[in-house]
Amino acid sequence: MEASDRKRLLREMLFARRFEERCAQAYQEREIGGFLHLYPGQEACAIGVLEKARKGQDYVVTGYRDHIHAIQCGADPKEVMAELYGKETGSSRGRGGSMHIYDVDHHFMGGYALVGGPFPLAAGFAKAIKLRGGDEIAICFLGDGANNQGTFHETMNMASLWKLPVLFVCENNLYGIGTAIERASSEINQYLRVAPYKIAASQVDGQDIDVVMAEAEKAITHVREKREPYFLELMTYRLRGHSMSDSGAYRSKEEVEQWAQRDPIGIYKKRLEAAGIIDAAAFQAMDEEILEQIENEIVRFALESPEPRVEDLERYVYVAEGA
Amino acid sequence: MAEMMYWQAILRAHDEELARDPLVFAMGEDIGVAGGTYKATSGLYAKYGPERVIDTPISENSYTGIGIGAAMLGCRPIVEIMSVNFAWLAMDQLMNNAAKIHYMSGGKIRCPFVMRVPGGTAHQLGAQHSARMEKVFMGISGLRVVTPATPRDAYGLLKSAVRSDDPVVLIEHESMYNLKGEVPDEEFFTPLEGVKVMRPGRDLSIFAYNISVHWALQAAERLAKEGVEAEVIDLRALKPLDRAGIAASVRKTHRALIVEEDEAPVGVGAEVMALINEDAFFELDAAPVRVHAKDVPIPYNRRLEKAAIPNADDVVAAAKKLLGK
Ligand SMILES: Cc1ncc(C[n+]2csc(CCOP(=O)(O)OP(=O)(O)O)c2C)c(N)n1
Ligand SMILES: [Mg+2]
Repeated sequence: MEASDRKRLLREMLFARRFEERCAQAYQEREIGGFLHLYPGQEACAIGVLEKARKGQDYVVTGYRDHIHAIQCGADPKEVMAELYGKETGSSRGRGGSMHIYDVDHHFMGGYALVGGPFPLAAGFAKAIKLRGGDEIAICFLGDGANNQGTFHETMNMASLWKLPVLFVCENNLYGIGTAIERASSEINQYLRVAPYKIAASQVDGQDIDVVMAEAEKAITHVREKREPYFLELMTYRLRGHSMSDSGAYRSKEEVEQWAQRDPIGIYKKRLEAAGIIDAAAFQAMDEEILEQIENEIVRFALESPEPRVEDLERYVYVAEGA
Repeated sequence: MAEMMYWQAILRAHDEELARDPLVFAMGEDIGVAGGTYKATSGLYAKYGPERVIDTPISENSYTGIGIGAAMLGCRPIVEIMSVNFAWLAMDQLMNNAAKIHYMSGGKIRCPFVMRVPGGTAHQLGAQHSARMEKVFMGISGLRVVTPATPRDAYGLLKSAVRSDDPVVLIEHESMYNLKGEVPDEEFFTPLEGVKVMRPGRDLSIFAYNISVHWALQAAERLAKEGVEAEVIDLRALKPLDRAGIAASVRKTHRALIVEEDEAPVGVGAEVMALINEDAFFELDAAPVRVHAKDVPIPYNRRLEKAAIPNADDVVAAAKKLLGK
């Protein structure tokens, strides 16, 4: 990979981190309401996998922790932030909120609040792709907890049976809110759970973006060329609470600190420094430039955008005639 | 104009839509090789193949979700749930996804999804195969709910449902598939909104839908012999309900009777009464009346089953009471 691309990837991860931290701040300032699930610690997963996908062409879906997945597909961060602020300029015109970001132009087909709900949707995208005859694929990002839903088993069965071109990415962060994986899943290795459905699967480190990209490339090639599903499990960890209302009481300080040592941004930054691609000063400058962009472009856009009009409350319940 | 059965009308609509648009597909349990529980998809598997007439595993929630996902990319799936009682398992995908995706994406994603569900009490199928769910579907923002009473509407409503850009639930009836009726030979579309006057009258309005339309028509026939002219209105679209159409009939007759096969609480009758209260209260000469199933799980025993479900006699009796006769 070219040095410039590696630098870009580092910037994308750092941007994701700063974007989410800024969301947390806005939440504390009560600019953002509702539930807010942030991504710090897991950046290498979405960014690494989507780096190997055809961004804007392959169809992507995920759960409620969706800001970064949307942005990596090509969604404008200004519109994502405006959505969190509930504005008419938001990606879902302020009707969706943090858990329901959409960018249909870039084939980001949504964030969904019901755990396990997106599994069949992704298989449905793959079914549509198959009927239309394209070579795109569907990519579904969900957590480890989602695999305990019926939709997981039902969808794995049908995706395999009908040879649907869909990549399931399991971001295994070891917890479903406050319940540790070994207390919820009789088999803790999630990639083993699709074996009965005859779906190819693997498990790799989700904190090292180089590892993620290498495995994602294999997985995506498998789905795209064989036109059948693949299940990729990425071992990761969220450094913040599940959502803004998480006490964190269920995991030890030591555990969090241990994982902080494996921060995906730290790992990649060190590697790029060793390769002479970036130095401390350049990283610092990159960070400042990101913070400036977030503040002056993104947050400003969200703040200055208009609210939806109350007269439009009932718009979009149905597709308007002639629309 | 050909006479055909309800199931044949549904089959014809499927066939025409599958032939017209390669992105239309049908899916459900036993709809393909086996031809469908009520024959409504028979012969289509041979004609359109397994990619477009899909036999699904018994996984209602997820194949519904697969249909919804495909609809989000522009396909027009027709998903059959074998019996409406099993649609409870698909409620998550139907209610949380199909009904809400257009709205919560700010109008950016459409979901032209159709679910067909046979429901109602047939013959001694027991409590878990005899229930109805229209009260659930019609309470969900973002869905359209229609329910044909005749072969003509079974054809025309399915045609319109497939062409609609909104998600539509089409409620059929297990004991109506062999019902015969005239269906025009040329292609036509029945609107997904609005009531239909099945029989004009001046003395009272009988609001019904699906199988209860037939009880209402039989009752009206008998009432006519006693000099009572009942207006029979097929509600046909339960979501959105045609409140103007309902009020118009009440304004004409000043008396309202609602007939539903379902138990009364939180049901179609309750909703129609509420609309009459809101829109035509001062037009009423008497308090509206409901005819409905007893508030029990439908029993197996033949006599008990019959006693649980209303019929034309009940409609006649209620009409007379409403008229003070
Ligand atoms: C159907 C459903 N049940 C419960 C919840 C509440 N809930 C939200 S997130 C979550 C945990 C999900 O864990 P996981 O799939 O591992 O995702 P993570 O947040 O860890 O990425 C739960 C229980 C929900 N949103 N939907
Ligand atoms: Mg988790």
